[in-house]
Formats: sequence, C-alpha cells, structure tokens
Amino acid sequence: MLLEVKNLKVRVADKEILKGINLTVQPGEVHAIMGPNGSGKSTFARALSGHPGYEITEGEVRYNGKDLLDMDPDERARDGVFMAFQYPVEIPGVNNAYFLKAALNAKRKQQGLDELDAIDFMKVVKEKLEVLHIDDSMLQRSVNEGFSGGEKKRNEIFHMAVLEPALALLDETDSGLDIDALRVVSEGVNAMRSPERSFVVVTHYQRLLNYIVPDYVHVLSEGRIVRSGGKALALELEEKGYAGQAAVGARR
Amino acid sequence: METLVQVPAWVRERRERAARRFAAVGFPTTKLEDWRFTNIAPIAETTFADAEGWFAPAASLVSSVGVAGSVRLAIVNGQFAAGLSDLSALPKGIRIAGLRDGARDGTDGLEQHLGTVFSIDAHPLAALNTSRLDDGVAIFITAGAGVDTPIHIVTVTGGDGQAVAAHPRVLVVAGANSRVRIAHTFIGAPGSIYFNNAVSEVVVGEGASIDYYTDQRESEEAFHIANLQAHVSAKGVFSSHAFSIGARIQRHDIGIALEGEGADCTMNGVYLADGARLMDTHTALDHAMPHCTSHELYKGILAGKAKAVFNGRIIVRIDAQKTDAKQTNRALLLSDDATINSNPQLEIFADDVKCTHGAAVGQLDEEAMFYLQARGLTRIEARDMLLHAFAGEVLDGVKIPALREQLETAFFTALARDVELKA
Repeated sequence: MLLEVKNLKVRVADKEILKGINLTVQPGEVHAIMGPNGSGKSTFARALSGHPGYEITEGEVRYNGKDLLDMDPDERARDGVFMAFQYPVEIPGVNNAYFLKAALNAKRKQQGLDELDAIDFMKVVKEKLEVLHIDDSMLQRSVNEGFSGGEKKRNEIFHMAVLEPALALLDETDSGLDIDALRVVSEGVNAMRSPERSFVVVTHYQRLLNYIVPDYVHVLSEGRIVRSGGKALALELEEKGYAGQAAVGARR
Repeated sequence: METLVQVPAWVRERRERAARRFAAVGFPTTKLEDWRFTNIAPIAETTFADAEGWFAPAASLVSSVGVAGSVRLAIVNGQFAAGLSDLSALPKGIRIAGLRDGARDGTDGLEQHLGTVFSIDAHPLAALNTSRLDDGVAIFITAGAGVDTPIHIVTVTGGDGQAVAAHPRVLVVAGANSRVRIAHTFIGAPGSIYFNNAVSEVVVGEGASIDYYTDQRESEEAFHIANLQAHVSAKGVFSSHAFSIGARIQRHDIGIALEGEGADCTMNGVYLADGARLMDTHTALDHAMPHCTSHELYKGILAGKAKAVFNGRIIVRIDAQKTDAKQTNRALLLSDDATINSNPQLEIFADDVKCTHGAAVGQLDEEAMFYLQARGLTRIEARDMLLHAFAGEVLDGVKIPALREQLETAFFTALARDVELKA
C-alpha cells in the first residue's frame, strides 16, 4: 500500500483536533475526505505534509513502507508527497518558474536524475501549462503574488503536474473557484490519475466530486472518520447534509 | 611621503584645516548622538601603520573583482595604482586623474571641487581623511557625454603582516547633461585587519545622471568607514545603491543634497551581517530646492549577534515646496541575539510636501518557509531563496550585469558562510 494511517492524533495550539484517524490508500486510488467546518479535514492534510504547527501526539503513518512522521516536510516532498494548499502563500520576489525549477531539480537530484537546465525545464512546463489553460505570464510572476483565488489554485495544480507526486493531498482545492475554474482544475487532476498515483481530496462540498470522481469517500466529524463508503456516499451527504453523520457513525 | 614643496598650497591648506579639526574633535565616541549605537573604540585602540601604496596580494585582489568591459581604476591603500588600473576601454567624454598628479599639474576642477562637497565639520573621520589628503582618483565627465562603459573603482587595502590604515579619496564631477555608471568596490585580504577610511565626493551637474554603486566586501576583520556625499544640480539624477557584506565594523554615511529644482535621487542599500559584526548606515537627504524627489529603500539581514544601525535623515528646507520624499527601511532578524536600532529622522520646514517613511523589523515568514519546503526545498534552500528575494529589490537596481552577478554570488557565499538559521 502507498499510505497507511493508524490512530493518528493531532494537536493544534493545545487543542486536540484529530482523535485517532485510520486510513489506508492503495496506489491509484482517489480518497475524498469530507466533513463540516472544524471537523479536522484540513488538519489531516496539513499534518501529513509535515506542517510544524501540527503536533502529532499519537499514531503512525507509513508511506511506501517508511515512517512518514519521521521525515521533514521537504523530504516528504522530494519523496513524492505533494500538498495543494488551501491558501497558497504569496512570496514576493521569488519567480514562479525559478522556484518550480528548483523544486523539480531537488526532487530529481534525490531520484538520482540529472538536473534540468532552463531549456529542458521549459519543455516540461509548456505541456502542463496547456492542459491547465495557464498563461505563460504566470510563470514569470512572483509565486502567487497578486494572483486571483482561481489563479492560485490553478498554480497549485500546475506545480503538482510538474512535480508528478506519488501522493497528492488536495486541501480544499475547490474553495473559491467558480464553475469554469473548477472544471479546469479538475481536468488537470484527472489528467494525472494513474495506477501509480494516489489522491487524498479534502473538500467540504460534494460538487468537486462530480468532476474528480473518488473511489472512496470518508466522512470526518469531530476528529474521527465516522463513515466510509463509495462515491454514492458523497451524493447522500449532498442530499441529507452532515447533520446526524456522527450518530450514524456511532451506530455502525 | 613627498616633501611639502611638491604639494600645492591649496592641498596643504585643506589638509591642515582638517588636521586641526580632527585634533579638536578626535575619534567619535558613543557620547555623540550620531554615534550612540556605534562604538568604534576598537579602531581608536588599535595601532595602525601608515600604509604603503602596495602589498603582496593587491594585484590578485584587484583582478578577483574585475568587471569585464569596464574602465578599472585601482586604489591600493589610498594610492592610485596605475599599474593595476585598466584604461584601455576609456571612452570619449571622460577624463581620469590620479589625485596626487592631478593636483600637482593643476588639472582643472580639482582645486575647485576637492574637499568642497563634503564638510569636514560634519564628520570627524572625514576630517581625518582630509588631513591625509594625498592621492586617490578623480573622474570628470564632459558636459553632454553619455558614457556607456562602466567605471569601476577598486579599492584594496591591507599590509604584508601588519595592520594598516588607509584614507582613499574619490572625486566625481559630472558635467551638465552627462551620463555615467560608476561602481566602487572595497576589498581586502580575507581575515586581515586594517582600517579603511574613505571619502567620496560627487558633483552632479544640471541634467546629469549618475548611477553609483558602492560594493563593500572588506575583510571580515576590517574596519570600514566610508563617506559618500553628492551634490545634485537642477534636473540632475543621482542613484545610489550600496551593498555591504564585509567588515567587522562598518560605518557608512551617505549624504545627498538636492540643490537644484527638479533633481531626483534614489538611495538604496542592502546589508548583511552575522557573527558579531556592526553595520551602521547613516543616510542624509537634503531637499534644498522645490520639486525634487527622493526614494530611499534600505534592507538589512542580521544573524548571530550582529548589530545594525540605520539612521535616515531627511531635511526639507523651507524653500523646498512640492518635495516628494519616500523612505523605507526593513530588516530581517534571523536570530534572537541580532539587534537593530532604526531611526527615521524627518525635519520638514516646507508646508506643501509629501514625505513618507516606514520601518519594519521582522523575522522570516514561516508560512512562506513551509510553502517552499513543502515543494521539496531544504530549510536552508528555502531561507536563501527568501533572503535573496528580500535583497532582490535592491540588487535589481544594479545596472552593470557583470557586477550584479558578482554581488549575487557574494551574497549567497555570505549566506553560506556563517549566517545561522534560526532554530
């Protein structure tokens, strides 16, 4: 298996947010994590990415057989874990292309591959830009600086497309997107689906899952997964809402 | 030293006046407001030999910072070194004089300008420099000349096995509507102890435009005191960029006087200090006439137990209506022990002016750090990328590409040197 999360407990600023998450992701699978605000969905994604503000108090996470929690955020990234941020950070003065090239080469170096020069890098990038309908000019701007909400999310998916992770964590990628942008972003994700690549898609709304169709849906409530099912579960949630899910989970 | 007979009377007079001034005031102490945070007792307490005009590594030091395609003027221990200079690319419209020879042969303009841009009363160590007035370089740009070839002054300082003091001197006089780019690099042998006490005077004629780059890469044990003063005439443009990464103690005074209507100046700088270094920048902008603009941006990066002082004075005189002045000073502290004393000092006597100033001291943005790391950059790589971006706003202003490349390399080398990453 690619990812195995066992009894993961996470604290943020002295408050326990995740109270024992269990999740197994096989290569090629798409898992959707749904739940109301404050249920701990984003905390789950950020904890897996290694954000220093999220303190792991208990549990175990194995990624490709390795202890993920023992790795620094950059090691995780170079080893194929990618997080698309809910709020991509604006970094004035750092050129988007320059940064992405450094990130790609850091990963290639780790894999024992030659670093790409500017010309080869641009070849890689051009193809991805077209798929995501991203204008060249976005490359030459500072990372996320002055980007609209939609541009930021598209840029995240663009980074993902270039870095070709084995495990992609999408943290509320649909928030703030209009329907056209949502479609473009989803097409970008779908174009990357493959038997070797897995996705954990964190979302509040079912509508994203119309475009990125998951293999499994998990409902998070108060820091626990209270229900798991196939893609039909997302539709049920759309209809009935999150209310009562904790109780349903408790009965199971 | 030469006998007094060879020295023109006007040079002797200026020296003697400065010597009397320095004898009266001595080395500044922290009791003076302008030196409150900058203790230069280590300079006063060290015995420095008067420097010879040569030391063994001088030639290799000069060539180590060579900027291809430029006119190079080498100053070794305060003395113009014709043998290490390269005037082969000297274009029309520009005249170079070694100060010593120029003063003797009465080269036009030296007596008129040398020692007049800068008031020796304003700065004790500039008085010390002037009291030793002997050699250096003078650059005259003919009225109307557009000089595309960059002029690179390389000042190297040091002794063979002894601590020396040098007092280099530069004079630039740009005629009306002329245009030139000038860079001034300061270096010494790594690890060597010396005291470099430089004064540079710049006269910007009507409608003339000068880009001036100060590149301080002294030995990390050196004491670097430098004064740069510019007078800008009507519609003249003076753009100063200062880059500082060396020296144990740096005191940099830059003063720009806008003395004619419609003059414009930029005064930008970036400094990086780690270990126990002290980086003091004192800037002074004198808006003396109406309709002048000034833009000032200083950025500091401080690590270890480094200390920085930034004092930004802006005077807007009573006649200087419609002044537009902007000053920004930002610093990043990478450690808990690094400190900065930042002091904007606005003195505004005219009523119809626009003056803004802002100062910000902060740490690296941890969310940005995490974002870069989460894409695969190590913490050090992420930090360097952010620091480079922080400095970039100033480095981008360096319009001599070969110099810009050197500064970038020097910047990253300095970051790798011993700037510690905050835990």
